[in-house]
Amino acid sequence: MPNLVNAPDRMNDFVVKFANVNGTGSASANSLIMKAIFRMGVPVTGKNYFPSNIQGLPTWYEIRVTRDAYAARAGRVDIMVAMNAETYQRDVREVASGGYLIYDATWPRSVVLQRADITVIGVPLAKLVNDSFDGVRNRILLKNIAYAGALAALLDVDLEIINGLLSESYGKKPKLLDSNTKALRLGYDYAKQHLGCPLPLRVERMDKTSGHIMIDGNTAAGLGCVYAGATVGAWYPITPSTSLMDAFKGFCERYRVDPVTGELNFAVIQAEDELAAIGMVVGASWNGARAFTPTSGPGISLMNEFVGLAYYAEVPCVIFDVQRVGPSTGMPTRTQQSDIMLCAYASHGDTRHVLLFPANPEECFYLAVQAFDLAERLQTPVFVLSDLDIGMNDWMCPDLRWDDAYRPDRGKVLSAEELAGLDKFYRYVDRDDDAISYRTLPGVSPKGAYFTRGSGHNQYGTYTEDSAEYQVVLDRLKRKFATAAKYVPKPELLGKGGNEIAIVSIGSCDGAVREAIDVLERRKIHVDYLRIKAFPFGLEVESFLSAHATIFIVEQNRDAQLRSLLTLETAVEKARLHSILSYSGLPMTCQPIVDGICGVLADAPRLSAIKR
Amino acid sequence: MSFINKPKVGHPSLPTNALGLTRRQYEGSMSTLCAGCGHDSVTAAIIEACWGLDMRPEMLVKLSGIGCSSKTTSYFVSGAHGFNSVHGRMPSIASGANAANRELTYVGVSGDGDSLSIGLGQLVHAIRRNVNMLYVIENNGVYGLTKGQFSASADVGTKAKRGDVNQSPPIDPVLLALSLGATFVARAFSGDKAQLVPLIQAGMRHRGFAIIDVLSPCVSFNNHKASTKSYVFTREHYHAAMEADFVPPAEPIAVDYPQGESIPVELHDGSRVVLRKLGVSYDPTDAAAAYNFIEGKLKQNEYVTGLIHINEATHTEFHTLNNSSPVPLNRIPYEKLSPGRAALEKLMGRYR
Repeated sequence: MPNLVNAPDRMNDFVVKFANVNGTGSASANSLIMKAIFRMGVPVTGKNYFPSNIQGLPTWYEIRVTRDAYAARAGRVDIMVAMNAETYQRDVREVASGGYLIYDATWPRSVVLQRADITVIGVPLAKLVNDSFDGVRNRILLKNIAYAGALAALLDVDLEIINGLLSESYGKKPKLLDSNTKALRLGYDYAKQHLGCPLPLRVERMDKTSGHIMIDGNTAAGLGCVYAGATVGAWYPITPSTSLMDAFKGFCERYRVDPVTGELNFAVIQAEDELAAIGMVVGASWNGARAFTPTSGPGISLMNEFVGLAYYAEVPCVIFDVQRVGPSTGMPTRTQQSDIMLCAYASHGDTRHVLLFPANPEECFYLAVQAFDLAERLQTPVFVLSDLDIGMNDWMCPDLRWDDAYRPDRGKVLSAEELAGLDKFYRYVDRDDDAISYRTLPGVSPKGAYFTRGSGHNQYGTYTEDSAEYQVVLDRLKRKFATAAKYVPKPELLGKGGNEIAIVSIGSCDGAVREAIDVLERRKIHVDYLRIKAFPFGLEVESFLSAHATIFIVEQNRDAQLRSLLTLETAVEKARLHSILSYSGLPMTCQPIVDGICGVLADAPRLSAIKR
Repeated sequence: MSFINKPKVGHPSLPTNALGLTRRQYEGSMSTLCAGCGHDSVTAAIIEACWGLDMRPEMLVKLSGIGCSSKTTSYFVSGAHGFNSVHGRMPSIASGANAANRELTYVGVSGDGDSLSIGLGQLVHAIRRNVNMLYVIENNGVYGLTKGQFSASADVGTKAKRGDVNQSPPIDPVLLALSLGATFVARAFSGDKAQLVPLIQAGMRHRGFAIIDVLSPCVSFNNHKASTKSYVFTREHYHAAMEADFVPPAEPIAVDYPQGESIPVELHDGSRVVLRKLGVSYDPTDAAAAYNFIEGKLKQNEYVTGLIHINEATHTEFHTLNNSSPVPLNRIPYEKLSPGRAALEKLMGRYR
């Protein structure tokens, strides 16, 4: 083995990447390693780079062991577990100088891309497994567990923790548990006997994960819908949002089945397309149920017509957009934040919509609940803009908490008794001077009946083609959007607020931005950071923008959509907003942010002076 | 078209139903359709049907898409909520509304453009989902609001007012519904109210998706000679084959029906439809037989009307299959919906 570089300070701070073939069961082996490290008290993040395919194509899984608990992708690979011959060449290239490559040494490497600056470690995985197990499928699956065993020895991951995880998974299937435990041991023992264990890039116990969980955003959002009291979910399957409805349904089967009768307190409808899915959500919400649909960009494109109806007829609905790479079909299994403008102004005519931007799975849970409250309070569509990175990857988050005192805000819905006390009910009259009118539900009282329509209507709810009557309603909708700004979640501010340079960002950029701020601090560049959590932008966003001379807008799309929205919807001068964009489809790293800010500072002498 | 709104107060001598309501109290706003429009007759039949069923107005939900037919939902039962949605997408609104509250009666009114062109996909899937609703197609073979284009139900060889001849084969909603396994399929003529009213009543009481294709001539754009959807042509070619009498629960069947020519079918709420076979030999509970009969007659340019197919025996209605709570989902108290704090704390263990 060559000399090991920078050994001591890489403890609990490195990246392992697994190169696999999809459909071979590698995911469970990879998450076994990640969870074991997490249980050793060391923060981790997991990123899955998978193809839009079921079996046979390359897939990668990346575990970042991060003692500083950074949530972003590192943008670096220290250890490559190269299990896919097809991608071997590029996998070798990707390893950082001083790093390691682990491969299956059963067969000679046909393409040996030698690199003097990395350590190549061979483990005869196939041989070990073939000598001990029968059956082709079985051997393929257990080979994954064998490399997990070897890696555990190399990284000094506690074998007992992995054994514990295996018995949790296979506790009721002793045969499976037995073969998995044996395969794990095969790899582990081989590494212990033949390789220099542990590597300098290794794991040492910490106490930084207690009170935390590893969860993906779609699961958290689905759980949020359950706690929000949603009863109707309608959807059309689309990557990367599918697992949100799967989660909702799974939790409902656990928590929403009557223990005596077996009857369901929920309905999940797989619609024929996204047009129908949103139609069902509008119909169910109009009828007084909390209803939602999860989708992604192509689905939002199809839903536009109904979104306009819900906006104009003032029907609450909740739409989760787990964003993926566009335009068109794009890259369905890669991440992006490229639906911001689409959602903000979805549908024809003058429309503006409430958007929420969770930054991690924890916020997916809480903002899911808040989305329903806002939709019913404001009687309008609310979009929750998550993305593939948040939705489908495992993030370390604080435990989700719940206050049993919570009750849904159903907004202004008149009961039969309240209707009885009225002379006459008019659907769209602004009685409270907050631009939100009262609604009624079918089946309650004939006095509450009105005709919901997307055609021109006056404030009394009847059809109109009269300009003045039409404008009364349209102007109130504009005022209602101003009311919405008071209800939506406030942005999150990091920094003292007095720095001349600022970063504004949204959603899953948060991890990369926070890491970049630490890097910049070390270079004596101090920035303030505002993370926007909702549209419409409130006063806090407006005053933050006006208080900073140079503002970097960090987002994951090509066309600077957040920057566009800020220039349209606030008073900020365009020239003060510098874009830092990442639209590769991979989760953002801190590097472009650091480089972008340092680059602008170097070009602007006056700003360079700020660098104290 | 009428220009004067009628007062809602009726003469004291007007007959009332079991709720003490007169027919006037089941009316809606004034129709804005052309004078003589077949759709207005359908509206009148729906009013009559609801009055006759002693329907509480607020328990009815009226749904529609876009088009002349879809406007009509505001012309009946003003005490019911209405939803005039987007073009061709009413079935999804109905599906969602029905999922939220299974206790209400849902009546959708649509047209041939709304149902068979832009909305064909949604219609098909609402049938497949077996949403508990009555779906009325006011079928005139033509786009009225955009002034006279052919719709997908226009027959081959029929001539438009401006002279175009339709070459594309029509989509027949009855054959379509039968092929999809719909459990209540009927056809009627807007000019035959006596036939239409009991069909609407039975359709509203059927548990599952009930579809009635109502031939409803367009007086402005499709009532000329050489049109196969005109009043004259329809009167000459519609053929009542399976008349339905609707008998509410607790009422005995008063009329004596000849054996072998009448079939009583009990609906899930205890009401019954008695089908009178008018010179027809097939069994209306047999969908395949119905299909063959209707298709054969269509080839002879004959529109068979009446309750063509009914199947009360299957339980594929949406909520039945879903095993939904009998309490409507929109009325389940939040306390029963939230798993609570303790459950969440326990659940967190799964993610460590």
